[in-house]
Amino acid sequence: MTTKTFLRQPGFLLLFACTLIVLAFLGLIIYDISAKGIPALSYEFLTGYPREGMTQGGIFPAIFGTAFVTIVTTLFSLPLGVAAAIYLSEYAEDNWLNQLVRASIRNLAGVPSIIYGLFGVALFVQAMRMGTSVLASGLTLGLLTLPYVITATEEALKNVPRSYREGALALGATKWQAIYTNVLPSAASGIVTGAILGLSRAAGETAPILFTGVAFYLRYLPASVFDEFMALPYHLYILSTQHHAIAEVRPLAYGTALVLLALVFLLNLLAFIIRYRYRKLNRHV
Amino acid sequence: MSKLRTRFLADRIARFLFAFAALFSVGILLGIFVMLLYNGAKTFESVSPGNFFFSTEWNPSAYGEASFGVLSMVASTLLVTIGAMAIAVPLGIGAAAYLAEVASERVREILKPAIELLAAIPSVAVGFIGIVVVGPFLAKIFNLSNGLNALNGSILLAVMSLPTIITVAEDAIRSVPTSFKEASYALGGNPWTTLVRVTLPAAASGIIAAVILGMGRAIGETMTVLMAAGNATGFPEGFFSPVRTMTATIAIELGEVPFGTPHYYSLFAVGALLFILSLGFNLIAERIAARFRYNH
Repeated sequence: MTTKTFLRQPGFLLLFACTLIVLAFLGLIIYDISAKGIPALSYEFLTGYPREGMTQGGIFPAIFGTAFVTIVTTLFSLPLGVAAAIYLSEYAEDNWLNQLVRASIRNLAGVPSIIYGLFGVALFVQAMRMGTSVLASGLTLGLLTLPYVITATEEALKNVPRSYREGALALGATKWQAIYTNVLPSAASGIVTGAILGLSRAAGETAPILFTGVAFYLRYLPASVFDEFMALPYHLYILSTQHHAIAEVRPLAYGTALVLLALVFLLNLLAFIIRYRYRKLNRHV
Repeated sequence: MSKLRTRFLADRIARFLFAFAALFSVGILLGIFVMLLYNGAKTFESVSPGNFFFSTEWNPSAYGEASFGVLSMVASTLLVTIGAMAIAVPLGIGAAAYLAEVASERVREILKPAIELLAAIPSVAVGFIGIVVVGPFLAKIFNLSNGLNALNGSILLAVMSLPTIITVAEDAIRSVPTSFKEASYALGGNPWTTLVRVTLPAAASGIIAAVILGMGRAIGETMTVLMAAGNATGFPEGFFSPVRTMTATIAIELGEVPFGTPHYYSLFAVGALLFILSLGFNLIAERIAARFRYNH
C-alpha cells in the first residue's frame, strides 16, 4: 500500500499531523537558537574570556572545560564499557548473574541524571576526597554514559559474523586473541559510533556536574584534573536564569546555546556518517 | 612451551578483567541505591517520617522551626509529568504509527535521524527554549504575568520524552505480524480500521511500555523543569501555578547546603524517593514489554 492511498483516509492525516508537530518542536528549537545565536558569534566570543561580570566577552573557558571533562569521561567509560560489552557478548552464559548484569545496565540507563549528581557528590567529592573537580565530574558523567557505551558496543560485537571468531580459533588462537585480532577490528566503527553518542550526551549534561566540579566563573583555565572548571551547559543555565542582568546577557545566552547545540549535533552527525559508511561497507561482505 | 603458557595466562586474565567490568555496573546500581538510602535515612534522626512524607511545607533552612515535607514537590512532579503525558502520548503514538505503518522507507530514513536529533538536544537547551519561547507565548495567550509554570514544564517534558515514546512504540507496532493485518484485510477491513482495531491493540503492551518509559524520563528530568516551571515551593494549585519538582529541589539546594546537616541528608532522601519511583517505572515497563514479546 502506498503512502497516497493511506492519506486518502482522514485518520491517517491525523497521524501525519502528529509527526509534523513533533518535527515542528525540533524545527522550532533549532530555528530559534540559530536565528538569534548566529549574530552573537564572533572570533572574540569563541576565544575570549567572559568580561564585565559576564555581560561581555566570550565563552572560551566554558568550551575548554566541556572538552576537558568530556575527555576524562571518555577515558573512564570507554575502556570499562567496551570490556563489559566484550564479556556480555563473548563470554557470558545465560545464567542469573549475567541476567542481573543486563538488568542493571538497562536500569542504569533510566536513572535520572540528578541522581548521578548526588552519587558523584557522596562518592567522588566526599568519600574519595577528590573535591569539586574535573576528575569528580568526569567520573560522574562516565558512570552516566557507561550503559550507553556498553549497549552500543555489545550491538556492534553481535554484528560480527561467527565465522570471524571460528577462523581464528581454528588456527589455534586463544579466545582473547580471536577477540583482539578478529572481532574488535570489525566492530571498531560500531564501537566508535556508540562512544561518540555517549560523549555527546555527556557534553550536554548539566545536572551531574552541578555539584561535582563546575564553577560559575573562573579567571583561569583548569590546569589539572583536580581544578574546578566552567562548562557550556552550566554557563547557559547561569546566563539564562541566575545572572543579575538577564535581559542584557540574552544574546550571550543564545550564542552559548548555539555553540552547545552545534557541538552536540556535530558529534551526532559524525556518528551518523560512520554508521552509514560502515553499513555500506558491510553490504559487500 | 612457555610461550603457550603466557598465551593461556593472557586469555585467563582478559576473561577475568572483562567479567569484572561487567559486574561493575551491578555495583554502581547497588552503590547508588545504598548511598541514597544510607544518607537519606539520616534525615529521620532529626525529622519525623510523618513530617517528611505527609507535610506540604518544605522550608529546611528556616531559622525557627525548619520543615521537611516533600508532599508539595511530589505533587508538582506528578502534575508536570501527567501534563507532559497528556501531550506526548497522543502525539508520540500518532507519530509512531505513522512511521511504522504509513511512511515509505525513504521518508523513514529521514524521520528516524530527526527524532534521534531531538533526543540528542541537551535538556538545558530545551529549558532555555522554555524561558525564551514557550514562557512568553503562554503568558501572551493566557494573559499571565509570566509563563514560567507547570504547563510550561509539561510542554518541555513532553518534548523530552517524545523520542523515547516514539522509538519504543514504533518498534512495538512494527513487530505486529503481517498475518494479523492480512486477516483484517481479508475480512474487508480498510487500512484505518486495520490500524485502529487490529494493529494498535496487538501492539498495546509495547505501547504501554513506551509510555511508562517516557514517564520515567519525564519524572527524572531536571534542567528543563528547573529553568521553566517557576520554582515555587508551595503545593501546586494547577497548571498555571509555578511549581518546583523533586529534581529541581535537589538541583537548587544541594549546592548551597552545608555538608552533614539534616537539610543535606533530606535531599538524599528526596533522591531516594525519586530513584525508587523511576526504577519502579523501568521495572514495570520491562515486565509489560517482556509479556508482549512472549505473546507472538
